[in-house]
Amino acid sequence: MNTTGETAVSTTGETMGTTFDVAVIGAGIVGSAIARKLAGYELSVALLDARGDVGDGTSKANTAILHTGFDAKPGTLESRLVREGYRLLSEYAERTGIPVEHTGALLVAWTEEELDALPALKEKAERNGYDRTRIVGRDEVYRQVPHLGEGALGGLTVPDESIICTWTTNLALATEAVLRGVTLLLNRRVQSVEDRGDRTVLRTSGGEVNARWVVNAAGLGADVIDRLFGHDRFTVTPRRGELLVYDKLARPLVDKIILPVPTSQGKGVLISPTVYGNVLLGPTAEDLTDRTDTGTSEKGLEFLLDKGEKLMPDLLREEVTATYAGLRAASDHPDYLIEADAGRRYVLVGGIRSTGLTSGIAVGEHVAELIGEAGLALTPREELPEPPHMPNLGEAGLRPYQDAARIAGDPAYGRVVCFCERVTAGEIRDTFRSPIPPSGLEGLRRRTRAMNGRCQGFFCGAEVGKLMDTKGESACEQRHPSPEAQR
Amino acid sequence: MTTDITTLTPDVVIVGAGPSGLSAARALAPRLGGGVLVLDRESTAGGIPRHSDHPGYGIRDMRRFMSGPAYARRLVAQAEAAGATIRTNATVTGWAGDHTIEATTPEGRIRVEARAVVLATGARERPRPARLIPGDRSRGVYTTGHLQNLVHLRHGKVGRRAVIVGAELVSWSAALTLREAGCRTVLMTTEYPRPDSYSLFSVPGRILFRTRVATRTRVTRIIGRPELEAVEVENIDTGERRVVECDTLVLTGDWIPDHELARAAGITLDPGTKGPLVDSALRTDRPGVFAVGNMLHPVDTADIAAIDGAHVARSVIAWLNGESVPAGQVRLVADAPFRWVSPEILRPGDPVPSRRRLLLWSDRYIPFPQVVLRQGGKVVARRRLWWPAAPGRVFRVPTGILSTVDPKGGTVHIGSR
Repeated sequence: MNTTGETAVSTTGETMGTTFDVAVIGAGIVGSAIARKLAGYELSVALLDARGDVGDGTSKANTAILHTGFDAKPGTLESRLVREGYRLLSEYAERTGIPVEHTGALLVAWTEEELDALPALKEKAERNGYDRTRIVGRDEVYRQVPHLGEGALGGLTVPDESIICTWTTNLALATEAVLRGVTLLLNRRVQSVEDRGDRTVLRTSGGEVNARWVVNAAGLGADVIDRLFGHDRFTVTPRRGELLVYDKLARPLVDKIILPVPTSQGKGVLISPTVYGNVLLGPTAEDLTDRTDTGTSEKGLEFLLDKGEKLMPDLLREEVTATYAGLRAASDHPDYLIEADAGRRYVLVGGIRSTGLTSGIAVGEHVAELIGEAGLALTPREELPEPPHMPNLGEAGLRPYQDAARIAGDPAYGRVVCFCERVTAGEIRDTFRSPIPPSGLEGLRRRTRAMNGRCQGFFCGAEVGKLMDTKGESACEQRHPSPEAQR
Repeated sequence: MTTDITTLTPDVVIVGAGPSGLSAARALAPRLGGGVLVLDRESTAGGIPRHSDHPGYGIRDMRRFMSGPAYARRLVAQAEAAGATIRTNATVTGWAGDHTIEATTPEGRIRVEARAVVLATGARERPRPARLIPGDRSRGVYTTGHLQNLVHLRHGKVGRRAVIVGAELVSWSAALTLREAGCRTVLMTTEYPRPDSYSLFSVPGRILFRTRVATRTRVTRIIGRPELEAVEVENIDTGERRVVECDTLVLTGDWIPDHELARAAGITLDPGTKGPLVDSALRTDRPGVFAVGNMLHPVDTADIAAIDGAHVARSVIAWLNGESVPAGQVRLVADAPFRWVSPEILRPGDPVPSRRRLLLWSDRYIPFPQVVLRQGGKVVARRRLWWPAAPGRVFRVPTGILSTVDPKGGTVHIGSR
């Protein structure tokens, strides 16, 4: 049964004959937010991605922090869009059920030099429109984070830095886009483009797509697409960030984001709780040439263990649940690069580095403005569907396995399949019935947390694999013994 | 629609229906009027032996030689015949009191208010991330548990060429499973200087499986996107690295107890086993909460875990009868080359440890180990044993060695000369 009826998600096949008003390349957070925004107008919109799922690039593997933008470069477009994005995404998360925890952050200074840098950081935050930072002494640092390693000298508190579920954010934006009528075209890697005067033909690995306007939100591939449109403005350098995810039993050690004082080398290594109840340590920062190399490295893991031993030795006594690497789209341009080319009916959304999770919705608003100014008629649609209500993957909210009323209504929510993450058969079934169902095991993991826990499939791997094959129906059909009280 | 939590009030609740939990249930149920409830999160009771489809089970506890699944079925039948209630698909989610736990089941949320709790949650193998093996996130990487679930319970497919990390008992169990699934094991690796299994298994095993065991070797990289294509292995002594083509990698051994519930209760863990710290009566440091099986000694064979279950019954009954815990204790501490010893606490007047054996884990192979006990800086006992201490399997020491320990003399260190 498909509760959504005929959805506009297509993983294969031609769209010839249709000319979309706008084609957005890239179904990460930024591209999905742009498509969702544009679908709020009287426009036909296609959202393309090279991969088989939405959010399968940088948007799936980052530090999942909702930034206040306190440390952006003042006066930049990035500073403004991160600040606006923080507010917009916070509101959107509340409406759609994206897990967020407003944990706050603490920048820790470990050297005199870093200590001396704190007042300038506070002042910079104020120039970015954020005035709630506070410089604190050594004792306050240890009062706030008792398990911090020895040697901290002081810190700067950023009470509104928050943690968020990056997977649900991407999925919510893409789902709402689809609900608003966007045609989602997966497995379409853009290989060449042709200008036909009134429209552009995108030749993709999955057939041709015609559109009057094209928005390039291709993340790691944005510079390559930009060159297909005849530009040579910037180069994306994939910057690999490796992270360690510690066991949930480590979560009591860390209840806020612990940030290093930024240096010219980037933001450095942080420790952060996750909305799933784990603790992150990372990322590394290593510039690569291969835009697909999301493997972890011996050096990277050693570096993180060495850093972690100084930051929080107690954390390293806990078990590692997962290791992963993500690629940020670093660029040689010092700011976001968002420009419309009216003659070519083309918008570049490039250089959205690591802040895109926070700024995505604001980038969507900004792109709509630019494209309107460039000549595309934007007529707001009268009736828009309600935003989707997303399944809760966060520990701060009620999860189905805890919800007695929900289990009473449907026993599938009482059948825990993934023990470590406490994911139920009902949730797995639901995700296959959702507007953008998973196309593989990785997609299922991002939508439900199944197999993301400490056993990594020792107990549930085979069962989850079977649920994958039956689209989640197999575990929901079993007959259960009648409840029988034990006296 | 009801939002009520169903409350159950058995005398004893046992968490985990594997060999140790089921054996505890079988021993306790006939002796208690108030009932024994066993909860298990799997859809079928029996624990790990359910998917270890080869013979070698039941030797010490049932005096039989049978397959894992047959052994599991027999344990379940015996516990039920003794009067215990077994509930599967019941995931214990936390504590709601000293002896009260909460669980999620398809029939709803339940609260179990018992008078005593027995934790029998077992152990699992560390997966790839916990071993910090770098490289690609390839498909085709398993633990033995995942592999055997897939092959024996789900009849799923694996690849054609496998590398197994580990050369201990469970590693050969994985090799058997791979063979049944039509997958050839091309290499087994161990960081130790010799295979860790009994030569009874490893010599014919090597011939039978045409498998080479690379000693002093570790996997340093996983290669292949999205499917596994190869692993890079390193000789630890020479640093030399080479690439071995394979489409399946099985990570065996390297056990960690499933201790989440114990930690959630604030029960003290032993830093060596990472399971609850227990005395020879298998009491944890929370009164009325006991622990049994391979969460205490990760891992010994299933029959040894089962005998723990029978051993705990007497202690649980004593607690329910209001008998007090003997005063005074001696702490047992493992010294190198031993990583841990179980149980960790001895009390005068308590029962001797299960099967009259101390269980230890050795990081070094010693052919005829001399076990030495030291108390207060003095050697209080020495005993030469005629079986080896070897990495990858439990080393069992007869408890007779404890006869000269002074119950008031403080911590006892157990090592090898």
